[in-house]
Amino acid sequence: MSAKPTFSEEIVAKVAHLARLELKPADLPPYHEGLSRILAWIEQMAAIDTQGIEPMAHPFDLAQPLREDKVTEADPEGKQQRKFQALAPAIAAGLYLVPKVIE
Amino acid sequence: MFNKTLTELADGLARGEYTSRELTDYFLERIKRLDPSLNSFITLSEDYAHVQADQADQRRKQGQAAPLTGIPIAQKDIFCTEGIKTTCASKMLDSFIAPYNAHVVERFAQEGAVLLGKTNMDEFAMGSSNENSHYGPVLNPWNLDTVPGGSSGGSAAAVAARLAPAATGTDTGGSIRQPAALCGITGIKPTYGRVSRYGMIAFASSLDQGGPLTQTCADAALVLSAMAGFDPRDSTCVDQPVPDYTKALDEKIAGLRIGLPKEYFGEGLDPNVACVIEAALKEYEKLGAKLVEISLKHSAMAGPAYYIIAPAECSSNLARYDGVRYGYRCDDPKNLEDLYKRSRAEGFGAEVKRRIMIGTYALSAGYYEAYYIKAQQIRRLLRDDFLNAFKEVDVIMGPTTPSVAFNLGEKSDDPLSMYLSDIYTIAVNLAGLPALSIPAGFVDEKPVGLQIIGNYFEEGRLLNVGHQYQQVTSWHRVLPAFAKGGL
Repeated sequence: MSAKPTFSEEIVAKVAHLARLELKPADLPPYHEGLSRILAWIEQMAAIDTQGIEPMAHPFDLAQPLREDKVTEADPEGKQQRKFQALAPAIAAGLYLVPKVIE
Repeated sequence: MFNKTLTELADGLARGEYTSRELTDYFLERIKRLDPSLNSFITLSEDYAHVQADQADQRRKQGQAAPLTGIPIAQKDIFCTEGIKTTCASKMLDSFIAPYNAHVVERFAQEGAVLLGKTNMDEFAMGSSNENSHYGPVLNPWNLDTVPGGSSGGSAAAVAARLAPAATGTDTGGSIRQPAALCGITGIKPTYGRVSRYGMIAFASSLDQGGPLTQTCADAALVLSAMAGFDPRDSTCVDQPVPDYTKALDEKIAGLRIGLPKEYFGEGLDPNVACVIEAALKEYEKLGAKLVEISLKHSAMAGPAYYIIAPAECSSNLARYDGVRYGYRCDDPKNLEDLYKRSRAEGFGAEVKRRIMIGTYALSAGYYEAYYIKAQQIRRLLRDDFLNAFKEVDVIMGPTTPSVAFNLGEKSDDPLSMYLSDIYTIAVNLAGLPALSIPAGFVDEKPVGLQIIGNYFEEGRLLNVGHQYQQVTSWHRVLPAFAKGGL
């Protein structure tokens, strides 16, 4: 893990952008300090030899069960759609509204 | 009445000593009177509870009662309830009313149990003290200056204060067992895949598992029998028959081999907690069990590996909260990116954002191998440590937590010290094993939990082993003075 660039405030800003979290410039130093401490603790992992160990993504080494690709809950009258869209902050004509993306 | 176990209350209902409506009103009244001091509930579902209680009484009259029919229970506010607010203790979901029920909620409804309300928790189940709630912290009924643990802190405090005979919780790194320990009650995290996660709001999908918090192992056996089972809507739910967990409770445990991991009794463990655990182990020896020292040699790496894997999965799962389809949206977004960024920055609390940041970093190009893959390799080593141990022993025991309940604010400014309060519980989640926490005594009048870890799908054995201890001890019947207040 030694080849990684130093965990800098620039990286914090970039990660916040990737995570779509607004981070004000004044928040950068405390975030950087807090995350640096946690990452330093996590770095202990580097001391363990994991050469040749298969990564374990899931508690059981099971294949993902797949089901047939067919509609199981048809919604011809749009009742479900209306129920789910009732939760949205802004909708119109069955569509979710967001600020204009293309001028 | 309030100190009766769920099993005793079910017997009382069956004998007709009281109706479900009377029992439900009794607990609703206790909640209204005592919970303002604890803050263990986010939402009370009084009207719905009355409807369900009346239906339960009808069902009993018709001779159709199931074991939980008419029993009031509380649901952690992470389980979706149709028509009743489900917040996950987040500003993001402050006004969210789920359009469907979680599998677990459906199962309780089918059994005829009564929903009292939704319990407080750490936001999106991220925390070990219940201080990360948009609705304020929950207090521990044993000592109102201390935390109840987390993330299922509201459920644990409510059961400890006898505001509900049982409650549900979820456990991603200890979130059932740690609050159960700090509140002096029984809590079991089942094997990963035993209980459906459908409608259980996701934090870390390869770790999350729902389970019950109760006074006793016998109660947990009843409740888990209702919660567990196959559900095709959760692709990780295991299609295996659910045993009747109450059946195995009375089996004798002479000859039981108990593994004691030396890593769980070393540095970091409060010596007073160690004394309580040692006394509990002596009880087990009296019951005929054999103690065997074992080693789970990668234990110290469980924390670092967990704090990569859980945040990585959390950063992916919580990407769905975008201010578009449901949940909080910021005012006057300038453009789509501003909408995403401010909705998420304003809607999530500090700890949730911290974990999203760690996870996003660990999964980003150039760091993935060093962090995420490395953590998954260590996860396998930790799992193999357990599998090797289970060749020698039947169950593994140790403290659930390194110390008793800490004070509010004591660790809230120091995430790392908070993370260390889960050092004995998180490896179990990484391995996907079942584990139980039961009350084993007190240090300074604060409860201590004994953790019992079992092999895959051995929930029945864990509850049997816990129940046998509860037959010869009474720690699980000791009440906080708070629960007796205002009688």
